[in-house]
Amino acid sequence: MAKVLMKGNEAIGAAAIKAGCKYFFGYPITPQNEIPEYMSKELPKVNGSFVQAESEVAAINMVYGAAGSGARVMTSSSSPGMALKQEGITYIAGAELPCVIVNVMRGGPGLGSIQPAQQDYFQSVKGGGNGDYYMPVYAPASIQETVDLIQEGFDVADQYRTPVMVIADGMIGQMMEPIEFKERTGRELTEKTWATTGTKGERKPNIINSLFLQSEELEEHCIRLDEKYETMKKNECRWEEYNMENAEIVAVAYGTTSRIVKNAIEELKKEGINMGIIRPITVWPFPYHVLEALPETVKHVLTVEMSMGQMVEDVRLGVNGKKPVHFYGRTGGMIPDPAGVIAKVKEILGGDR
Amino acid sequence: MAVVFEKTKGLTDAVTHYCPGCTHGIIHRLVGEVMEELGIVGETIGVAPVGCSVLAYKYFNCDMHQASHGRAPAVATGIRRVNPDKVVFTYQGDGDLASIGAAEIVHAAARGEKFTTIFVNNAIYGMTGGQMAPTTLIGQKATTSPYGREKSVQGMPMKVSEMLATLDGSVYLERVSVHDAMHVRKAKTAIKKAFQAQIDGKGFTMIEVLSTCPTNWGMTAIDSLTWLKDNMIPYYPLGLIKDTTKEEN
Repeated sequence: MAKVLMKGNEAIGAAAIKAGCKYFFGYPITPQNEIPEYMSKELPKVNGSFVQAESEVAAINMVYGAAGSGARVMTSSSSPGMALKQEGITYIAGAELPCVIVNVMRGGPGLGSIQPAQQDYFQSVKGGGNGDYYMPVYAPASIQETVDLIQEGFDVADQYRTPVMVIADGMIGQMMEPIEFKERTGRELTEKTWATTGTKGERKPNIINSLFLQSEELEEHCIRLDEKYETMKKNECRWEEYNMENAEIVAVAYGTTSRIVKNAIEELKKEGINMGIIRPITVWPFPYHVLEALPETVKHVLTVEMSMGQMVEDVRLGVNGKKPVHFYGRTGGMIPDPAGVIAKVKEILGGDR
Repeated sequence: MAVVFEKTKGLTDAVTHYCPGCTHGIIHRLVGEVMEELGIVGETIGVAPVGCSVLAYKYFNCDMHQASHGRAPAVATGIRRVNPDKVVFTYQGDGDLASIGAAEIVHAAARGEKFTTIFVNNAIYGMTGGQMAPTTLIGQKATTSPYGREKSVQGMPMKVSEMLATLDGSVYLERVSVHDAMHVRKAKTAIKKAFQAQIDGKGFTMIEVLSTCPTNWGMTAIDSLTWLKDNMIPYYPLGLIKDTTKEEN
């Protein structure tokens, strides 16, 4: 298919519709407004339904209902709005329903700012809602990758009966890039026999529920969910490795930040400094094992984020004390630049040289 | 031997957890009978709330979805949008609907979402042990209004049906009671009319059912029926509140 130039937020909507999403429930918040705007324009054309909800809380609960009825459904928001959605997300995880949730991240805490940030890492991967639950969280670094992962995300959601989150910083949402909607085969999925579509008198009622009043039953449910999370960890973890050969320092960065780090890598090469990068594509499941098995040549690990340091905690868990883990970040809507990354790398290596 | 009474096919065989004397059981049965009589048990998706009727998903013999506290109208919106040819209802208490879920019910009604809400008003939080609700009457004691509700402190009780009547999206609203046989029959007629209006694609419908809570009111079952009649009905008058179902869509 030919390439088209699209704004990130609109591409997210287009990718969802390509993936068969016919229902979208959302609430306005900057910098993701083009997603609900796009869906309100396009979903009626595919016999779908768009509702501008009264709040993010209502929007995610509409998703909960539509997902329970077996539909492919999506919602999107930005950081403070995502905080409000956590109630519904934990119910969706508990009741094991598939859906895709997009967070076009902005600065925080509180009302924060409307500029790009990566300050919702904890909220996204460490369970923003109550209870023991996880969900796949994709962190695309380009609009093309966002489009690919949104489509893949719907399949993953259906396969595991899980909410899937896509965290894109505000930069991805707001910029334009050429993209291609690739032909994809999709995963083999089973029929949603559990969905609430009416019994027609032909089967027992289907019940969508996350309540287990008997402790034994809830523990059993949580153990079963955990087994599912273990399977996802084994099968769905994705990451990119770049310039790792003979790297003396390895950066870990996701999303837009990883592109800035790649620019720094090219600059550093000119100065004879070899830096590699590990870019988590899924921040849950996190590629701990890759960091655990870093080659001997690597002397330092540098995490770069648009935050005060959130993913760095997972990097430390992965590296597990084998090498020093450093951090460089800009936050609150400030974007790290290659010069800042390079200065940090030189500061770290200065002690070695 | 002739069968003179049967349990409705709209309910499952599960034994309910409701307290002795509580009128939830009657209201469940009415909804079940209406579904059976309209022939829609297999075409209906119900939404259970958080509160005393949280386990309603075990009792109605149709597909059911348990919602988070107050969000049943949002969940029902999602379900109805995916199933435009099905019948959807929410079953909610006064804490769920009038307090934490006030925004969701108001906006579902404003959008004219085509589902039916069974709003069970017993003027108290039952499941959590008798706290004050938005519908608790002036002077009524609750565990969080131990001196009785006072207008100057907690404000006046909310009349939700009258409030929703101001919204164009609501097409049929009626307040009924189940404190005696005659009113039980009237309640059933209203519930059936609401479901029928939904089937006819008219818009948002809600039946407010005045109900008892002998446990948290601290009364016998019979005394609580009398208390409902003497205290609730004067403040929450029974009867039709709004009906625009005959008007053109």
